[in-house]
Amino acid sequence: MTSPKLLEVKNLRVEFPTRRGTLVAVDDVSLEIAAGEVLGVVGESGAGKSMTGTAIIGLLEPPGRIASGEIRLEGRRIDNLPYHEMRKIRGRQIGAIFQDPLTSLNPLYKVGDQLVETILTHLPMTHAQARDRAVKLLEDVGIPSAAERINSYPHQFSGGMRQRVVIALALAAEPKLIVADEPTTALDVSIQAQIIQLLKKLCREHGTAVMLVTHDMGVIAETADRVAVMYAGRIAEIGPVQEVIKRPHHPYTMGLMGAIPTMGHKTERLTQIDGSMPRLNAIPRGCAFNPRCPKVFDRCRVERPDLMPAGQSHASCWLVAKEPAHV
Amino acid sequence: MIAFIVRRLVQAALVMLAVAFVSFAMFNFIGDPVANIVGQDTPADQIVELRKALGVDDPMPVRFGRFVVNAMQGKFGLSYRTTEPVGRMIADRLPATLELSLVAAIFALAAGIPMGVFAGLYPNSWLSRMMMTVSLIGISLPTFLIGILLIYIFAVILGILPSFGRGETIKFGFWSTGLLTVSGLKAIILPAITLGLFQLTLIMRLVRSEMMEVLRTDYIKFARARGLSNRAVHFGHALKNTLVPVITITGLQLGAIIAFAIITETVFSWPGVGLLFLQSVVYADIPVMSTYLVMIGFVFVVINLIVDMLYFVVDPRLRTQGRTSGGK
Repeated sequence: MTSPKLLEVKNLRVEFPTRRGTLVAVDDVSLEIAAGEVLGVVGESGAGKSMTGTAIIGLLEPPGRIASGEIRLEGRRIDNLPYHEMRKIRGRQIGAIFQDPLTSLNPLYKVGDQLVETILTHLPMTHAQARDRAVKLLEDVGIPSAAERINSYPHQFSGGMRQRVVIALALAAEPKLIVADEPTTALDVSIQAQIIQLLKKLCREHGTAVMLVTHDMGVIAETADRVAVMYAGRIAEIGPVQEVIKRPHHPYTMGLMGAIPTMGHKTERLTQIDGSMPRLNAIPRGCAFNPRCPKVFDRCRVERPDLMPAGQSHASCWLVAKEPAHV
Repeated sequence: MIAFIVRRLVQAALVMLAVAFVSFAMFNFIGDPVANIVGQDTPADQIVELRKALGVDDPMPVRFGRFVVNAMQGKFGLSYRTTEPVGRMIADRLPATLELSLVAAIFALAAGIPMGVFAGLYPNSWLSRMMMTVSLIGISLPTFLIGILLIYIFAVILGILPSFGRGETIKFGFWSTGLLTVSGLKAIILPAITLGLFQLTLIMRLVRSEMMEVLRTDYIKFARARGLSNRAVHFGHALKNTLVPVITITGLQLGAIIAFAIITETVFSWPGVGLLFLQSVVYADIPVMSTYLVMIGFVFVVINLIVDMLYFVVDPRLRTQGRTSGGK
């Protein structure tokens, strides 16, 4: 399944110029997504995972900007396209799902009109055809009596139903990739699983690749083919999901895995990573994780590690370095 | 929806009753009408007879009831100054004021909304900055000064527009319009700009700040992520969401335009009700003043009612109480 590269992000750097200096929200991030693949991106708030997703769909809000690096979709560079060119890619090639379904839909328009509008923007169809397609999409995402509900306004749907509508909107023009930014965070726990299952099923059926941004390791374990762990704007570890979960190489990933509650180990206390992620304006020298790392040694405090092979994964940690230290 | 309208109508009736009471009170607490009518040597028994005939000694609720019933039939008594029926005096002059107010409001909306949208979309462009600066002047300069300035430039120096009056008018039944003659159209330009300028700047600033706020919302970001064109995002999705506050303010301001046309009408000698009101104040012509008060109250009540109903048209969230699954 993972043959051609659909999306390729190379050395992406996203900066926010502020009055007190430039903040680097995403620093030297490289990742690939194959057609039909689900890549999970995890990390704490502010790790740069959402920012990476936003950069890929080209919706960074000024003054945020891509400072260097490139983003390629099927080999074509898309990070430097003018607005009207990029707009044809958004929705058509890359769909997006945002965190809060309650605010993602325009409250003043019927969901059907929003669907038809999106379909007509991208596909050569008549209004009637687009409407049929809209009904079909709503049925696909599991909205009961879709033909009637198409005339409802967003406020007439529950949160979970609204996220289904959002998914239908994201899929409206059959994009090849969906960037899903925390798609279940704002939902009830009981509904989260349904939405994730739905997303997984639809993307398998349509052959759509997904970049699933979340801070929920459980969702990743269940859904993703590969996972990228981000910390302070950089990728700490990236690899096949089973490998990263069972044999984490980066101490931060190990800490994350230790913080997932498991059934059956009653007496055990959950491990936690001491301290908190550094602010973007105070990232320490060397490895950004070194002040919190239980296995820190001298080199970590001086030299910043890049991604290097570690088993089947890649980790940016000196522990897995094969070559000797320069210091 | 219908229950809502009925509720609002009842409220409107109560408000009108209160306005009518204030206006009624003017007669009672500002001088004695009989003393105004009789001469110094009128015999005392004639005065008593007159008081009885006019009913001024009846209990207050009875007199108030009579006032309301008369007012609803358009009978507001005679002007002290001209002895004409007040209802007809007002009706004669109302078209002039309404036309002026309407043209001023359309001018304010037609220029204010696009300017506000532009300033909201490109807040950093030099044009937006200039509009914001100029609008500060529009907000802070008093109306009469703007009027006099306009007269000075366009009527005195350039001599292309008239400085007073309404120009030629054409009568359609009771309505006389100046909008169908060249001189009438020319005459309305300066007063309409004077009257509408403040509203224009207000609407522009309101639309701008609403636009900037709406553009930050998730559904705009999501609309962009769906690949919609800029035009669809800005005018279809963003502008419509700014409309509710804009309708509110515009509605209230339309009332204010009509009520405060007094100053503009005075500057331009515009033959409307505002000018009539000022002349009546000079002569302490209480019937005219109290009728004007009732009329302005009525205008505000009607506009508020229309504004409330427009909310329903714009915002579906208000429409659907009690309905479970939508559809029309």
